[in-house]
Amino acid sequence: MAEDFKVIVFTLAHEEYGIEVDKVRTIERMTPVTRVPKTPVFVKGVINLRGVVVPVIDLRSRFSLPESEPTENSRIIIVAANELEVGFIVDSANDVIDLNTDMVENPPEVIGGIKAKYLSGVAKFGENRLLILLNLSEVLNRSEIIQLEQFGA
Amino acid sequence: MEMNQYLSIFIDEANEHLQSLNENMLRLEQQPEDISIVQVIFRSAHTLKGMSASMGFEDLASLTHEMENVLDLVRNDKLKMNGHIFDTLFKCLDSLEGMVQDIVGGGTGSADVKELVAQLKQIVKGEPAAPAAAAGQAAAAGGTSELAMVATHLLLDQFQLSVLRQSIENGSPAFHIEVTIREDCLLKGVRAYMVFDALERNGELVKSHPSVQDIEQEQFGHQFSVYYISRIPQKELQDALDKISELESVRIVPLDLESLSELDESRSAEQQIQEAVQQAAATAAAPSPAASADAPARAPAAAPVANKTIRVDIERLDSLMNLFSELLIDRVRLEQLASEVRRNDLTETVEHMARVSSDLQNIVLKLRMVPVDSVFNRFPRMVRDLAKSLGKKLDLVITGAETELDRTVIDEIGDPLVHLIRNSVDHGIETIEGRREAGKAETGVVNLRAFHSGNHVFIEIEDDGRGINQPKVLDIAVKKGIVSPDEAKKLSDDEINMLLFAPGFSTADKISDISGRGVGLDVVKSKIESLGGVVSVTSKAGQGSKWSIQLPLTLSIITAMLVKLGSEKFAVPLTSIVETGIVQRSAIRDLHGAKVIEYRKSIIPVLSLAAVLDSPDYSEENELETEMLVIRKGEKLAAVLVDELIGQSEIVLKTLGKYLTNLDVISGATILGDGQVALIVDPNALIK
Repeated sequence: MAEDFKVIVFTLAHEEYGIEVDKVRTIERMTPVTRVPKTPVFVKGVINLRGVVVPVIDLRSRFSLPESEPTENSRIIIVAANELEVGFIVDSANDVIDLNTDMVENPPEVIGGIKAKYLSGVAKFGENRLLILLNLSEVLNRSEIIQLEQFGA
Repeated sequence: MEMNQYLSIFIDEANEHLQSLNENMLRLEQQPEDISIVQVIFRSAHTLKGMSASMGFEDLASLTHEMENVLDLVRNDKLKMNGHIFDTLFKCLDSLEGMVQDIVGGGTGSADVKELVAQLKQIVKGEPAAPAAAAGQAAAAGGTSELAMVATHLLLDQFQLSVLRQSIENGSPAFHIEVTIREDCLLKGVRAYMVFDALERNGELVKSHPSVQDIEQEQFGHQFSVYYISRIPQKELQDALDKISELESVRIVPLDLESLSELDESRSAEQQIQEAVQQAAATAAAPSPAASADAPARAPAAAPVANKTIRVDIERLDSLMNLFSELLIDRVRLEQLASEVRRNDLTETVEHMARVSSDLQNIVLKLRMVPVDSVFNRFPRMVRDLAKSLGKKLDLVITGAETELDRTVIDEIGDPLVHLIRNSVDHGIETIEGRREAGKAETGVVNLRAFHSGNHVFIEIEDDGRGINQPKVLDIAVKKGIVSPDEAKKLSDDEINMLLFAPGFSTADKISDISGRGVGLDVVKSKIESLGGVVSVTSKAGQGSKWSIQLPLTLSIITAMLVKLGSEKFAVPLTSIVETGIVQRSAIRDLHGAKVIEYRKSIIPVLSLAAVLDSPDYSEENELETEMLVIRKGEKLAAVLVDELIGQSEIVLKTLGKYLTNLDVISGATILGDGQVALIVDPNALIK
């Protein structure tokens, strides 16, 4: 059965990505981030989200894409998955679209250097637009962080 | 009925009753002759039954019902408590507790209680001589009146008595009717219903034993009795009842004023109260005028419980706390702004607001304080069971149970205490023979104490057992590689004792049911440290050991020193700061590769906070003099170098969430007046 679902569209290094809307708590403008020592590089630190301290991850860095300075368009997407609440720093986020499971294909092995396991699929929509859907539980996989910590990364 | 809204009340009350049952059972075990304790137990069990039945928890209700039957015999002197009955009843309590826990966890509270019910039934049946003897006694006491026999188990309350008396005075006959159903009757409930039906058509039921509800559920033997006001003469009544088949006998005894006053005298004040509670709890199911008597009769019984408190959902308290912490952050911000703006009336208003909010803070914190009793109260039972299974004799003496601690600490402290008490009972206290040989009393004593001291609460567990076998501890520590043989020689007694808290340490020769469950004292230690507490142990060989836990009063708001490292701010809890000061670069010396300074005639290590936290834009290397914090962990001191001291501030603790865990030096975060997040440094992690 084909099912409709909504995704939040955001960009990262000129590519479009999507996260299912029910995993997204809110989208925030860039706020000052407090660095947390002894964490992996991609963990930028923590922010004050209306009284709650939330860790933020630079998604570019998480996917080993070249890092860039935050701009006017930079956003922090707060996602909640597996009881974790984490913010993703992305280049921009400005769209919500409807997708249908029929439009989603399995991810090809390599996309722009991002490991396939971080992706749950690729959606084709509109006039030749491609949208990369994130596999949140892999992106937020903590065992990988622990490994990284052990290697001193 | 909408059950959810009653569920939490039910759970709270059920837990209270279970606690009271446990406590009173333990008391009764000490004083088995004291029937007043049995009365209290009976009342608790009865209320629990009523509550469970009305909430639809059938297994709970049926188990308590059977317990009640046993207790009923005991309180009426028809059954003597003995070890077997105690054990069975304790098992029942465990089972009830399990069911309530299941309900807490969202379950249906069902459990297999068949075996326990069967055991209880056996206890009830297993004393065939007792009821007869009791009846004989009663008959002797009550003289010739046939009523005396039933009086012991069919007591009327004041209201019911006066109803009967009035009707006799008005000329309508009152009877006591005893109906026995034939043993081979298949549907005794139906027969009983027919009897009640016939009775209700011809008059009014005052009281029945067992209750109408129980009879309808077939929860009775083959006999029941009622007090009854009839509109027809005895002869007609007898005929009407005789028409019902499968009845063994129907005995109708007319009541007169004399026999009523006899009944009245045989009631003790205690039984009145108990009767009232019983009635109230049995709900309004009984279609007798007794129901209306509940309200006035219940008041005296309920009085001691009705103190001026309300139950508050802990979540509401938490959100109050959260809102309050927001306010605190704003207050700090306002204070900052006021000091910049320098307008007198603004400063005054802000100062006033600061005072009010700090009063408010005290009250909010106090709201969250719970007596440690809520944790301690489970230990008497635990120690009893432990002592029994180990074949030891021991007393648990609890003092300071009224000492209050923050709810969050209370929730966490239970497991470590269980562990330490088990440890004392299992390893500390000797066996009965062991104690005799050592020239001690057979009964060991474990003291559990709680008390306030300054900004801390102390909990101590002291036993008069054999103490810590230090040579053995050292031996094991060396074998397990926790310390090297050379180090071992230098250790002081206290340091040897602390080895017990090392990971993977166990002195138990064999793994018993009680200890050696794979959870070591290291878990206890880390749990207590995670609560911001300290645990230590002192011991005298042959005389016992004392475990001492020091806990902060609250976990949510602490006073901290804010420090700066370049552009970054950090908070260090004030409790572990001994002193602040300035240290000259030249005063820092190298000692065997480590940096140290002289501090009050002793040499203490120097740490660079910037280096520990990988500060991106600060290093004290180039400075001639640096500000420092002297911090303490237990007996150890260390100097921590920082860029700048900002000042002392009340901060609200926030966690870093589940994503960032196991951060070594950072214990949490807080939000500063300017909305920025500052990390909280864990001083305990700085001193290794």
